[in-house]
Amino acid sequence: MALTKEITLSRLQDKFGDAILSHDEPYGLLTIEVPADRNLDVIGFLKNESDLAFGYLTDLCAVHMPDQKGREIAVVYHLHSLTNNVRIRIKCWLPESNTEIASATGLYAGANWMERETYDFFGVRFLGHPNLKRILNVDHMEIFPMLKQYPLEDSSREDKDDRFFGR
Amino acid sequence: MSDLKMVEAPAGVEGQGFFATSLDSVIGLARANSIWPLPFATSCCGIEFMATMASNYDLARFGSERLSFSPRQADLLMVMGTIAKKMAPVLKHVYEQMAEPRWVISVGACASSGGIFDTYSVLQGIDRVIPVDVYVPGCPPRPEQIIDGIMKIQELVKNESLRRRNQPEYKALLASYGIE
Repeated sequence: MALTKEITLSRLQDKFGDAILSHDEPYGLLTIEVPADRNLDVIGFLKNESDLAFGYLTDLCAVHMPDQKGREIAVVYHLHSLTNNVRIRIKCWLPESNTEIASATGLYAGANWMERETYDFFGVRFLGHPNLKRILNVDHMEIFPMLKQYPLEDSSREDKDDRFFGR
Repeated sequence: MSDLKMVEAPAGVEGQGFFATSLDSVIGLARANSIWPLPFATSCCGIEFMATMASNYDLARFGSERLSFSPRQADLLMVMGTIAKKMAPVLKHVYEQMAEPRWVISVGACASSGGIFDTYSVLQGIDRVIPVDVYVPGCPPRPEQIIDGIMKIQELVKNESLRRRNQPEYKALLASYGIE
């Protein structure tokens, strides 16, 4: 029998029980939340179980929700089982005060640059990453620009002075 | 009789069999009509530049058909497109490799001011890292505008002192950018 979202979810709940904190299907994509310290257990299980075979890490990124106190930053993994054509999204929420999570580079070599990008923009520190430094922004940048406390605009911009536009 | 249009001779003293003028204006004339541009094209303004170089607009009419893809043999640095902050040191390095005399034209809103990209990752105008002689506005500018910018550069080249690089103002300008 072909693997479905329902089977995937029940396999995860059988294995991890309460560690699957919540599950949902926004826009038909199975989404689960797990504690940040269990991320590699869950991802490794999804990858290595022969009937699940989530062998492809499609995406790895972060989300900043400054209003959710104690769980401001989510690290989001998108996995794809190519043999079964089933996708899953895994979210791990972290407090802003301690954005550390285990690196997935041991499971997926492709996580290397994606974790560097997530570090670059959100400041999430991936423990065990072989080369965690900025990848897209200039090396001497002092902020993590996708965190919402930093303005998107460049502060050195001069031609947006209202005096030039009669405002 | 050929209807070929020749460049007008600079002001000078003419007599039978001789013509006397200043060395500055003769060299300026030669330089202005043989500017070797170095295209530094990063985005859509570069596409307009391709049209400018092609047969319809034909920058060769202004003596600039010979593009130089080495900064060492180029006279004019044409910066066309958005320059990310990560690209800024590369642009400065290219400018530093150019030999004197050198001119810079900033084509389009992004190169001149950052354009619509008012964001942490984009350089807000190339004049933050290198001195600019002529700005061409537009998003992107049409080839006619780029040609107008080149003609402005030609005017600068024609009327410039051969000792420009020795002027204290010029030295101060380069020093303000931290360029040797």
